[in-house]
Amino acid sequence: MTDHIQGDEGFGLYVHWPFCLSKCPYCDFNSHVVDRVDHGRFRAALRVELAHYAAMAGREGRRLTSVFFGGGTPSLMEPGTVAAILEDARSLFTPANDLEVTLEANPGAVDRAKFEDFRDAGVNRVSLGVQALDDAALAFLGRRHDRAEALAALEAAQSLFPRTSIDLIYARPGHDPEAWRQELRQALDILAGHGHLSLYQLTVEQGTKFYLDWHRGDWRLPEEDDAVSLWHVTQEETARAGLPSYEVSNHARPGEECRHNLVYWRGGDYIGVGPGAHGRLTVGGTPRATRQHRAPERWLSQVEAHGHATTRDDPLGQAERAEELLLMGLRLTEGVDKMRFHRLSGRPLDGFVDARALADLTEMGLLEDTPAALRATADGMLVLNGLIAALVPVDGDAEDGSPPGR
Amino acid sequence: MSDLSHIRNFAIIAHIDHGKSTLADRLIQVCGGLTDREMKEQVLDSMDLERERGITIKAQTVRLDYTAKDGKTYQLNLMDTPGHVDFAYEVSRSLAACEGSLLIVDASQGVEAQTLANVYQSIEMDHEIIPVLNKIDLPAAEPDRVKEQIEDVVGIDATDAVEISAKTGLNIESVLEAIVTRLPAPEGDTTAPLKAMLVDSWYDPYLGVIILVRVKEGTLKKGAKIRMMQTGATHPVDRVGVFSPKMKDTGVLSAGEMGYITAGIKSVADCNVGDTITEDGRPADKALPGFKPSIPVVFCGLFPVDASDFEHLRDSLSKLRLNDSSFEYTPESSAALGFGFRCGFLGLLHMEIIQERLDREFDLDLITTAPSVVYKMHMTDGSMLELHNPADMPDVMKIDYIEEPWVKATIMVPDEFLGPILQLCTERRGIQLDLTYAGNRAMAVYKLPLNEIVFDFYDRLKSISKGYASFDYEIDEYSESDLVKVGILVNAEPVDALAFIAHRSQAEFRGRAICSRLKDLIPRHLFKVPIQAAIGGKVIARETIPAMRKDVTAKCYGGDVSRKRKLLDKQKEGKKRMRQFGKVEIPQTAFINALKMEQN
Repeated sequence: MTDHIQGDEGFGLYVHWPFCLSKCPYCDFNSHVVDRVDHGRFRAALRVELAHYAAMAGREGRRLTSVFFGGGTPSLMEPGTVAAILEDARSLFTPANDLEVTLEANPGAVDRAKFEDFRDAGVNRVSLGVQALDDAALAFLGRRHDRAEALAALEAAQSLFPRTSIDLIYARPGHDPEAWRQELRQALDILAGHGHLSLYQLTVEQGTKFYLDWHRGDWRLPEEDDAVSLWHVTQEETARAGLPSYEVSNHARPGEECRHNLVYWRGGDYIGVGPGAHGRLTVGGTPRATRQHRAPERWLSQVEAHGHATTRDDPLGQAERAEELLLMGLRLTEGVDKMRFHRLSGRPLDGFVDARALADLTEMGLLEDTPAALRATADGMLVLNGLIAALVPVDGDAEDGSPPGR
Repeated sequence: MSDLSHIRNFAIIAHIDHGKSTLADRLIQVCGGLTDREMKEQVLDSMDLERERGITIKAQTVRLDYTAKDGKTYQLNLMDTPGHVDFAYEVSRSLAACEGSLLIVDASQGVEAQTLANVYQSIEMDHEIIPVLNKIDLPAAEPDRVKEQIEDVVGIDATDAVEISAKTGLNIESVLEAIVTRLPAPEGDTTAPLKAMLVDSWYDPYLGVIILVRVKEGTLKKGAKIRMMQTGATHPVDRVGVFSPKMKDTGVLSAGEMGYITAGIKSVADCNVGDTITEDGRPADKALPGFKPSIPVVFCGLFPVDASDFEHLRDSLSKLRLNDSSFEYTPESSAALGFGFRCGFLGLLHMEIIQERLDREFDLDLITTAPSVVYKMHMTDGSMLELHNPADMPDVMKIDYIEEPWVKATIMVPDEFLGPILQLCTERRGIQLDLTYAGNRAMAVYKLPLNEIVFDFYDRLKSISKGYASFDYEIDEYSESDLVKVGILVNAEPVDALAFIAHRSQAEFRGRAICSRLKDLIPRHLFKVPIQAAIGGKVIARETIPAMRKDVTAKCYGGDVSRKRKLLDKQKEGKKRMRQFGKVEIPQTAFINALKMEQN
């Protein structure tokens, strides 16, 4: 029984390609550098795992709105693999007419010819890991490409794909807000009022080379005041160029938001296949959180042996589900849609959040609470972690799903 | 009079670490009280905490049989005494059970302040005192200088001081010989009506209350029906015996002897220390002179970190009280900390010990409010009330005047540190009573408010003297003082648990110190949080915690939900350890650390 009623949050497929040519010092994603990849086996395994999840999800009411090839470096995939997966996805589900198919690409790990092959395979959106438009910054970030290669890759992507997104990393050590303004303007000029920008602040994650360097005191991240200035520069420039923020770190011309990521933020279902991929899937009315084995070889052998490499498949409690909807939804400029929240979590938003915190934070101008939605204001967005922590009830038992006692 | 010439009862007086317990162990060993296999280091300190901290809390006795050089076998009753000022009361009753004392002094350190109070008590009780210089084997030992110091400071003849090393066992026999030849035997009539002094009592889960007694007159036998002369309660005696140091039933204890009895008593609260035990059928006509009961002088609030532990805390306190009737507790509720207990202790060490036992033996996570003393509030209507908790301070308009307790403090310190220590005493409103030198050590006697002592005096003393100062105090008298209640407001909400009472001259300084500590202890909020110290409506110190400006970063994709969840779960876990004050959340650790003032 899988008659899942899909709302406007969409339904996505995430495919993880875990391999890179080199490991970037800031990256703590599931990425691996290997001498050789058996493309045939990986292609086959990804298709097997997709079929497994498709069976679990059911076809009824599943209108596939997006596919996202992430990594790692998915532009290192063989275009044939992409094509095969897309062909499967189209037959396993009902594809939307405007199905968005994104592929992450790294300048230097793709050339024009390969872009053409990806386009022919069905990719209609490229997210390019430019990260910086400054050679010194690119060297610091451990990227394999320089500014010229980045610009060339951008040009190729823009000429071949209907939609292009640029990833940049800011708030780097010693990053001057005015220098960032100039760098950002160059990227916005290239986009010329179209497309999408993901603008991430550099974070230092445990287990990365940067963590060791930072811990040793080789360099420091910008102080809070500088980080705030950098943030404001980002908001100003993107809004001025017609690509305002629609999520904490994402900016787009209205209508060109990344539909796939909106699935995550709006609490929609998505299947995650490939090493380390996460998924959220409603089965028989119960939302489940899934995760695949991280180590590529292990993932491969598990899929080949069992048809999937799922290491976690846990039902989400009602409170847990509600928390996630809030956690993800408040990242969006549009906020959390109250009807959707009620439909997906089984309880009204107003009864879930801490009423007193809600009143205080609204009064302080950090939240905007309307009958239709709860959203963070521009000021609130800067302190979103604090807002969410204040709103989420401490005693909202994640296990039994009973309403919290307040 | 019976012939009691084979008995010697003696106490051991020593400063912490001067080797009292080690010597006691040696004496037991030489007299064969325990086999080597049974010898555990410092057998007398039975509580773990005592052993760990090198202090003795409960009085303990051991009977030793010693065959002296004169060929006779003597019964030696060793009474171990607490070494700390908080337990001065226990010391006095232990001393009262003996006719003589060993004064143990570390030959490399000399006499310390804590030793003095006890040795003076011993002199007052007409004890014969044998000075014993320990650690004579150390290269730094200066026996001649220390003997001189004993004569100067204590005022007793130290010519015949016994020089030993308890650690190596050197000259232990000489100590035993000195006990036999120099201490007097007890006096008493074994056939007279029973008079036994109740020295101490403790609760044993198997035997009930065990009472430590010193028989002064008559004979105490198993099966006899005894009567407590203060309370009139009667009990049949179950067991009579001595500690060797293992419990050994003897069935009888006669005049001059010490030992234990059990009589089916359920609680130590029913056994008043200093009471006289007599025989119901043949009572003594007059009780022995008793002791003043010990009164708690330091109070603090104890609150469970987890509110659901309240009942567990209550049970634990009542269990501890089975064994220590000197502390008291009453339920208290605080807006900041919820439900807990206001507890009274004999002193700071006593307070620490109880807290540690609650933590260790009962696995309780507690928040402790700042220690406070008992103020006497003389009200305009002529009534007087005792204030145990700053939060309960009555309306100042209704107070005529306030009195606070003072102590007489003795500080011994190498003279190089004397200047700053005298300055500390002055800062803390001290009045110098005496200042004398013995060699390169100075002894300063001050009158000081107890309030200042419980605040951070001892910590400051230790740090100023690099640990070389020793310090002791006895409760003196109450006197009028210009005291004010300083309230702490966080975001304009008063935090009752942080209020304190201080002398007007100290109020601003302390208010500022606590505000500045809170500024670092309370995490930033989404809005700015003012912290104020105020006397009534007048703000005397102020700090502001700036608002959190930015805490959001980075991408959040599908796989990151679990990462964000982890952050949220951490935040929620943190929130559970917060106390809500208006809009402000204060971590429980902030209460604990704001109240630890020693680092200011």
